[in-house]
Amino acid sequence: MSELKEVRFSAESKDLIQNLIKRYPEGKQKSVLIPALHIAQAEYDGWLSVPVMDKIAEILNIKPIEVYEVASFYSMFNLNPVGKCLIEVCRTSSCWLRGANDVVAHIEKRLGIKDGETTPDGKFTIKTVECLGSCGTAPMLQIGEQFFENLTLEKVDELINKYKTESKYSSYLDGTTFRKN
Amino acid sequence: MAKITIDGIQIEVPDGTTILNAARMIGPDVAPPTMCYYSKLKTSGGYCRTCLVEVTAGSEKDPRPMPKLVASCRTTVMDGMIVANNTSAKVKDARAGVVEFLLLNHPLDCPVCDQAGECHLQDLSYDHGNYKTRTDFERRTFEKIDIGEKIQLHMTRCILCYRCVKTAEQITDGRVHGVLNRGDHAEISTYIEEAIDNDFSGNVIDVCPVGALTDKTFRFKSRVWFTKPVDANRNCENERCSGKVVLWYQGEEVLRVTGRKDQWGEVEEFICNTCRFDKKQTSDWTIEGPRKINRHSVISANHYMNLVKPKELKLNDIKQITE
Amino acid sequence: MGRKILLEHIDVPGINTYEVYRSKGGYASVEKALKTMSPQEVVEEVKKSGLRGRGGAGFPTGMKWSFLAKPEGVPSYLVCNADESEPGTFKDRYLMEHLPHLLVEGMITSSYALGANTSYIYIRGEYFYLVRILEKAIAEAYANGWLGKNILGTNYSLDLYVHPGAGAYICGEETALLESLEGKRGNPRIKPPFPAIAGLYGCPTVVNNVETIAAVVPIINMTGDEYAKIGIGRSAGTKLISASGHIKKPGVYEIEMGITVEDFIYSDEYCGGILNDKKLKAVVAGGSSVPILPADLILTTANGEKRLMSYESLADGGFATGTMLGSGGFIVMDESTSIVQNLHTFARFYHHESCGQCSPCREGTGWMEKIIHKILKGHGTLEDIDLLWDIQRKIEGNTICPLGDAAAWPVASAIRHFRQEFEDFVKNPSAQREVKYYFHCNNIDTAAAYSSL
Repeated sequence: MSELKEVRFSAESKDLIQNLIKRYPEGKQKSVLIPALHIAQAEYDGWLSVPVMDKIAEILNIKPIEVYEVASFYSMFNLNPVGKCLIEVCRTSSCWLRGANDVVAHIEKRLGIKDGETTPDGKFTIKTVECLGSCGTAPMLQIGEQFFENLTLEKVDELINKYKTESKYSSYLDGTTFRKN
Repeated sequence: MAKITIDGIQIEVPDGTTILNAARMIGPDVAPPTMCYYSKLKTSGGYCRTCLVEVTAGSEKDPRPMPKLVASCRTTVMDGMIVANNTSAKVKDARAGVVEFLLLNHPLDCPVCDQAGECHLQDLSYDHGNYKTRTDFERRTFEKIDIGEKIQLHMTRCILCYRCVKTAEQITDGRVHGVLNRGDHAEISTYIEEAIDNDFSGNVIDVCPVGALTDKTFRFKSRVWFTKPVDANRNCENERCSGKVVLWYQGEEVLRVTGRKDQWGEVEEFICNTCRFDKKQTSDWTIEGPRKINRHSVISANHYMNLVKPKELKLNDIKQITE
Repeated sequence: MGRKILLEHIDVPGINTYEVYRSKGGYASVEKALKTMSPQEVVEEVKKSGLRGRGGAGFPTGMKWSFLAKPEGVPSYLVCNADESEPGTFKDRYLMEHLPHLLVEGMITSSYALGANTSYIYIRGEYFYLVRILEKAIAEAYANGWLGKNILGTNYSLDLYVHPGAGAYICGEETALLESLEGKRGNPRIKPPFPAIAGLYGCPTVVNNVETIAAVVPIINMTGDEYAKIGIGRSAGTKLISASGHIKKPGVYEIEMGITVEDFIYSDEYCGGILNDKKLKAVVAGGSSVPILPADLILTTANGEKRLMSYESLADGGFATGTMLGSGGFIVMDESTSIVQNLHTFARFYHHESCGQCSPCREGTGWMEKIIHKILKGHGTLEDIDLLWDIQRKIEGNTICPLGDAAAWPVASAIRHFRQEFEDFVKNPSAQREVKYYFHCNNIDTAAAYSSL
């Protein structure tokens, strides 16, 4: 861990967190923990390292263990590095009924990796996830905040081609997601 | 005050008392077993589900039965409440289920576990479990880790009672460990292998119902039933420490020091790490006398107190056991 | 055509914007409530309407509201449960995406009724794009004076915020949701106390589903008595149904409660019949946790009456021959579906989503998944089927929160109605070759797990 540089959030992220803190009663700033971890994950390459989590603990004035406990509970927080493009494919009932398995198999074959793995060039990670609430438009996958629905294998190919050249890490939010209070 | 009937025995208890504590007031034959509740720790209980009881009448005012079994440690009494514990077939069935769930991923390495003999899970499974296992899946395992110089965490044995987390939060002045991950991946951890370094951290050993948190200074020294427990005290310089302990002797040697556990297996008072780990000479202590140990406990097996010849088993008993 | 109340203006272009929404009579309920009604009167209207919680449990909303404690000097909160995660359910997502202002309006009117001055919408993290949409709608509502200090010149003030989760089905359980909103692990609390007494930050709190809150708008506009006339018996009003699986027209449909299940599945107004005109095999009528029913029992009750889309009719016959309306997640399976394989996706889901607090659910959900997986892989025995039955029985009712029940019911109902399919997998190893659709089992190394069998 020693080679990790000091964690310094951008002014934008800091403002965002401070803006969110105002949404909760005084002394209840711990409520911002989950949104703050999302913000941190978006800024730091799509995953949460220990120094990043410690920094969040410092900002919110809570114990580091309280951050680890929460970060490890929720499935959207990655505690290990991921590829630039994190492909999350739903695999629960309705998606399964409409062929989600074929989608996963196809992506695995195209990228040459298995569920949960990252391509050697660090471009893609594939992760099967549980119901994302897109059952009527199954099968589906999510990249960042975007849903891609009614998938066909052709559509999946297009997506992979499109994200091959993407240089930014996919993230669930950006500076414009939340309004200023 | 509220009148409550448990397994046909009536008792009057102050309002706000839990069913469990009311049952404990009646006595150990009626009290439901507990694995996670700890009367000295706030908000403990409710997790393990071993203390489930059947409420056959909610109260005098509303005598309807409760639709589900309730956790007696977290349910307060109502005047006129009627509760079935050992007399309820539903409770016995559910409790056997809970034992099975708790043992599903438990290693059953009792022969090499330091906790054997004073393990609540052992007692629970003898009293309420089945004699057969119905799973052939591989059990969940973790690496052993040292959390600090004196405490070892063997997560494989943990039943996630949350007692040690609550101890760290309520008794020590800075919690560095907690429950990470979720579901059956959940584990007690510091996440970054940080040492639990605190004057009162040793209490997590005493509150652990199984052998997940053990005293490294006592590790593999002796089986607990070969040691002789003696009550002792000292004027501890730490003002939050009572200095009231049990010394566990083998011959002249103090093998370990623990808090004093009451009949429910809970320490009467928490002790500091100095008393627990650093005072292992008889000369450090004022000796009060032999610790009374329940004669049914395996710890008393090798003892000088109230030895009773075991009841001879009849053919029917054996049949029942092996069924 | 069935009557539409929530989705009345769904097809109006731009209805997601403030101007269009307002031009269609939006925010009238706020005006009516704040200017002409006392908070208590709003609660009374909701009571009269017979509205029941649309998140799954179906508890009368007015009654839930009237339980809210009102101690002096302590704030109370309204929290909207937008953590929609029940497999097969996507109605809240649809509603928030297309009608964000309906939810905002409902939140204002409901918060007024409950005397809450700060309210939150807790939305599942996977729906982050909806956070954007809701935040925009809220900003518009602030800009037009519907939120903030002294709304409409009255002395009522309200702040409304969106709070994202981060991927945990369990946070749909209201006390887990509150824990999560406080920045903690989503572990359900042990009740009592209920949120109405001690909820968010220990203060009295009401947690309501998105659709429930949205339904408050038409109730106040048309009066509770009028709303109660819609639907059938104690199933008052309309319900959003998320239809998915092997049907021609998957999607969200607003139905007046009381239409027949048969009509819902086969009419062109709704699902449009089974995909590729195959035969109907089974339906999960109310989200993954409710009992699955075979075609004959979902279309008609055990007494031979036509089964209706209502709380009571779907529950007719209890769990022996009935099911539940639940959250309205209607998953349809055609004749080619393997019930055991589908069950595995459910079992894996609950295993994945168990919070791990209490032992029956933590250990039992994983155990059930492994056994189903073992049966699917052709290593099962007839005893395994009985064991599965016994495990679900020991989880049900013995856990802290309803996730245990939710995990147990699909297993129980699949065995109850489709035991033969389980036995086929056990007795006929070649059946396993037909297993086209399955993923790896959570944390099992398949090769190692069965090497000794």
